[in-house]
Parts: sequence; structure tokens; C-alpha cells
Amino acid sequence: MSAYLTSLRAIVVREALRFIHQRERFVAALVRPLVWLLVFAAGFRAALGLSIIPPYQTYITYETYIVPGLCGMILLFNGMQSSLSLVYDREMGSMKLLLTSPLPRGWLLFCKLLGSTAISILQVYAFLAIAAFFDIRMPALGYITVLPALIVAGLMLGALGLLLSSFIKQLENFAGVMNFVIFPMFFLSSALYPLWKMAESSELLHDICAVNPFTHAVELIRFALYVELNGPALLWTLLATAVFAGVALVGYDPARTRIGRRG
Amino acid sequence: MSGLEATGLSYAYGAKQALDDVSFSVSSGAFCALLGPNGAGKSTLFNLLTRLFVAPSGQINIAGHDLRASPRQALAQLGIVFQQTTLDLDLTVQQNLGYFAALHGLSGRTAATRIDAALDQLDMRERAKEKARALNGGHRRRTEIARALLHDPSVLLLDEPTVGLDAAARASITDYAHALAAAGKTVLWATHLTDEVRAQDDLIILHRARILAQGTAQDIAGGHSLQDRFLSMTGQTA
Repeated sequence: MSAYLTSLRAIVVREALRFIHQRERFVAALVRPLVWLLVFAAGFRAALGLSIIPPYQTYITYETYIVPGLCGMILLFNGMQSSLSLVYDREMGSMKLLLTSPLPRGWLLFCKLLGSTAISILQVYAFLAIAAFFDIRMPALGYITVLPALIVAGLMLGALGLLLSSFIKQLENFAGVMNFVIFPMFFLSSALYPLWKMAESSELLHDICAVNPFTHAVELIRFALYVELNGPALLWTLLATAVFAGVALVGYDPARTRIGRRG
Repeated sequence: MSGLEATGLSYAYGAKQALDDVSFSVSSGAFCALLGPNGAGKSTLFNLLTRLFVAPSGQINIAGHDLRASPRQALAQLGIVFQQTTLDLDLTVQQNLGYFAALHGLSGRTAATRIDAALDQLDMRERAKEKARALNGGHRRRTEIARALLHDPSVLLLDEPTVGLDAAARASITDYAHALAAAGKTVLWATHLTDEVRAQDDLIILHRARILAQGTAQDIAGGHSLQDRFLSMTGQTA
């Protein structure tokens, strides 16, 4: 097996093992979107009227509307969590092991990204299964066609996490970033409300939502769950992935890196 | 032939100069101690030698490979034991070694054979299935040395590998590193403890970002104890 595939397999397996060792993380990652789905959405169902917008063909309940957004939420939180673990790895030194390997650094970081995305996607499927148990179902084929969308969205959010981790020096700074990244990204998107609703309240907020890459990740997932392709959302998400990954690579460039600076 | 060579290395953290025009060379198969008080610049030098940082000026040559021009060939010749432990504590000794082997492109039977051989060399075979968390400090260090040898590097860098170990573990690891040099590996051993340096070892004394002395330990000591000589050179008192 080539050195590239060997390292890919080892990094993905390590991510999986680490995940198995932290079962609480799996449960926590599922509880969060389920609370939104089963409590928040139930409460808001009455307050929010939704008109028929693509990809929906009929009136849908609010619970159905927010499922793609909550899938995105799992990917978003996991992307940030894996970047948190990268900062931790760096403080603990195990990142040094990865970065002093003779394989190209970009490849190793990509393997890391792929590993954490794979774990996130497993969690999304667990969430979709529980949602289905509560009668919030998508078309059967949608569960398959959503996979590529989840991969693209997961890579985009993982790349964002990678980017953040390359510029954050210490774990303590991380809480702030969570507040400045996760919450704005999630609330300024189409995850909880359709964008035309937002436009009724504020054109400015609507415009911010429309350029937020997380909105496009959510829309990509939403359409894919209904066996449809949202071309512009795919392009936006891919573009954001490329930009985030590019900047992350610069951040991890040894000529500029801050790794181990305090060591 | 030179196993490890550095020429004109400088590095600064903002206004603070961590290394100032540092040049040295360690001949192939030599044990070289890099002695310096805390804050001398040893860790910065290690970060440059392992390409975690890139120096704005200067050159590093590892077993004949220029680290800047051909980093992958150079890194492939480098075995590293970092000051902080870099083991994944939730994985077993064997899993830790397997992960590292894969990062060097080794898999399957080749990796398994090398892991067994490295563990045998360090008397760690019977602990292969134990989690790293269960090991004491000395055994963790041995695991890290075994790991650093897996890809059969010609140059071994150890950054204060005996920190936090008891006297017996310290002596055993110091002996082992000397034996590796005798067997042909080029060893650079950073420390701030003079008792880990033997009279015939090569020695580099680093202080406040500069090299103060370079030669064999007994020449630098010049008839005094190395400890006294080191303290007087670095302006410290015992």
C-alpha cells in the first residue's frame, strides 16, 4: 500500500478510536440537535408559518424544516470540536508527531480533516435515524443522496476548524472563538428560518445570511435530502472549502507557524 | 561525513532573539550533548532541526539532505524524541507505534516486524498491549525512543529526554543513547544536566542564543569538573 494510503488509514482509524474512547462526546453531539428538534421546534411550530418553498412540494411542519439545519449544526459543532482537539494536540505535543512526518503536511492535514468528517457524518445519520423514529422522515432515497452533500459540508466546516486552529495559540482563547464563530454562523443562516422570513425583518441580516457559507451548506443538505441538487449552494460550499483549506495551509506553513512557540 | 550540520541559524520571537548565528556539526555516529541552561534556545533549535519552524536564515543538513531543499528526505532520516510526551495515552504501546509507523508510510508485516524489534531492543515487548497511560515515566520514554527508531533513521534528536525520570531510569536511557551512537546513529542529546555528559562525548554549550563552546567534553572542561566549568561559563553559581 502506498505511504499516502497507509497514513490516511492510520489517521482516520486514530480519529475513530479517539471517538470511541469519548462516548460522552457522541451522546452530547446527539442530545444538542435532538433538544432543538423535539423541544424548540415543537414550541415554535405554532409561532412560525412556513410557505411552500423549494425543495418542499407541500406544507411542512417546522420540525421537518429544521432537520437539515440541525444536520448542519452537528457538522458545525464537530468541525469546531476537532479544531479544538487540534489545539489540544498541539499543546500536548502530539501534533508535532504529525507535522514532522516526511509526508507532505497538506496531505496529513487533509487526512485529519477527512477522519473527523467521517465521524461527524456517522453522527448525522444517528440523528436522522432518531428523527425518523419520531416520525420526522425524508424521502427514502434522500438518505443516500444526502451523503455527498454531508461530505462536502463536513469538509467545509472541518476546514474552517483547521483554519481557526492554526491561528489560535492556546486553548483558553477557544471559548471566545466558539462564541464568535458557532453562534453567528448558526443563527445567521437558513438553519432555523427560511431566508425570506429574515428579509421581512431586516434586509441587512438577510444579506449577511445569504453570504454565510453555512447557509449554503444547510441548503445543499436540504435539497439533497429531497433528492435534488442545489447547484449554487454546492458551488458556494466548495468555494468556501477551498478558501478555508488554503488559509489553513498557510497557517500551518512551517515558515510562519506558531506551533510549539511556547515550548 | 557529517550526520547533522547547522550553519548560521538565527531565530527571533518578535524582539527576543532565541538563536543568534548558531553553527555546529555532529559527525556521523557521534554522541553529541547540547548543554544549556533553561531558556538558552535548545527547544527553539530543536524546532528548527525538526522543521516545526523554518529559520529565516541559515542552513540545516541532515544525513546529507538539505532540510530546506528536500524536507521529506531529510525528515525521513530523523528520529525525534520531544521534551513533552507525544504518546496518545488512550492507545496501547503497540497502537502508538503503529500510528507512527503509518505516518512514515510503513504498514502491514514490515511495520509489525519493526515494532516488535524496536520493543525488544528497549525491553518493552511485554508491555506492547498496555495503554500508554498505564506506563510509568521511564517506560513512556522508552516507548518514545522505540518509536523514534522505527523507520531506522540515521540521526536521532532527543530534547531533554530524562526530565522527570528517577535516577535509575535516567541512567538507563542515557546509556542506551550512547549505545545507539556506538552502533552508528548520530545522536544529538539536549540537556541541562552535566552528569549525563561523558568525557569523550562531543559537546556544544548553548547560552543566551549563542554557542559558547564546541569540542569534546573533556577538552571543554579543561581539567575541571564539567559542572564547574559549565557554571562559570554561563555565569551561574551552583
